[in-house]
Amino acid sequence: MLTKRIIACLDVDAGRVVKGVKFLNLRDAGDPAELAAAHSRAGADEIVLLDISATHQNRAILLDAVRRAARELFVPFTVGGGIRSLEDAAAVFDAGADKISINSAALADPGLITRIAERYGSQAVIVAVDAKRLPGGNGARWEVRSAGGRKPTGRDVIAWVREAESRGAGEFLLTSMDRDGTRDGFDCELTAAVVDATSIPVIASGGAGGPEHFVTVFGEGKADAALAASIFHFSLNSVAELKQQLRAAGIPVRWPC
Amino acid sequence: MIAIVDYRAGNLVSVKKAVDHLGFTCAITSNPIVVERAEKIIVPGVGHFAATSALDAAGLRAAITNAIERQTPFFGICVGMQWMFESSEEAPGITGMGVFSGQCAHFCPEVKSPHVGWNQLEVKDGSRLLRGVPSGAFVYFTHSYRAPLVAETVACCNYGGAFSAAVERDHLFGVQFHPEKSGDAGLTMLQNFCRL
Repeated sequence: MLTKRIIACLDVDAGRVVKGVKFLNLRDAGDPAELAAAHSRAGADEIVLLDISATHQNRAILLDAVRRAARELFVPFTVGGGIRSLEDAAAVFDAGADKISINSAALADPGLITRIAERYGSQAVIVAVDAKRLPGGNGARWEVRSAGGRKPTGRDVIAWVREAESRGAGEFLLTSMDRDGTRDGFDCELTAAVVDATSIPVIASGGAGGPEHFVTVFGEGKADAALAASIFHFSLNSVAELKQQLRAAGIPVRWPC
Repeated sequence: MIAIVDYRAGNLVSVKKAVDHLGFTCAITSNPIVVERAEKIIVPGVGHFAATSALDAAGLRAAITNAIERQTPFFGICVGMQWMFESSEEAPGITGMGVFSGQCAHFCPEVKSPHVGWNQLEVKDGSRLLRGVPSGAFVYFTHSYRAPLVAETVACCNYGGAFSAAVERDHLFGVQFHPEKSGDAGLTMLQNFCRL
């Protein structure tokens, strides 16, 4: 049976893993290569490394971290943050990533999705979508945010994911800006809306606080995978502990790993 | 030396990294002479079946055919495995190697496609490639087309019906999933192949 994936996310700034609460108040949490290996050993199905500063001077540091993390990692490994061109993507793939994640650059130039997919395959292209719930109106609607969630784009999330899929996206990494860092649970309504609008896998992100939140996002939210960062880093939960609880709730997971 | 055949279909770094990790010498190459002389050949591949036409353009099909006639062990991964069949619905005009019979076809509409993630193998006894890999082992898939079940199927997977996850005959091996991304189970298979 195809299992639901638990993806450990490492937010990296200047070569160190940090995790923001609503993208602010960054805390230092360790070396990306060490944490990637630790999460993989503990049963994470995939590792995502997001370069949250993505400044030019940090690029070499990031590629070095990717290279070190990839060396001993034999589960799928995604790298995102600051990828603005096919050349940027190629450098990350050459350093050992299996997939790249693009966000603002895809919004500015949707053809970039196609160019990377044509060279590396759609399965290697994750389009990250930061969604912010719009107030009022008839039924729930979400707006796409860019620039790390800071900039409103005026684009509707559902329209954008449909376009991104048609341009060659292989998966979506969908983050609820309303829930990110809150530990109040995933936005299941948002996740299910994107799953229903598209046919490629959707990775839910933002708001994980405990195992019960994963159970609901895989059920009600229909997510194919879920991403979490902060709940793992400070030993609040291990992936193994999380997976055992998911199994008990009847969610198919890769276990034992 | 193990040749990892580069035909511009995706990223070969992770396959090389896994073979390096296991302590075997390998090289990523698109040179037919190097491929023909290699001790073993791995054809990875992701993306569209049409990408395999680059194997013809570069003279790699002939090099691979010559090598396997001389019993050089061959391992096709993902699209590389599909290429070992006769053809694929994905690109009907393109001919595969045809060492296994049948056509690769799209998943039935009842299941979400692509099939992405960790799924389980049902392993047949006696496979050299899968020695040490138990039935029920999880491996990582990412594909929209799947190969039919054939006499040489040594592991199947269920997703909208059973399909060939691994095929094997003599020195010819193919897997639909990504052993280089499938944790310890995948490394065991790569090691079994590299040790032949």
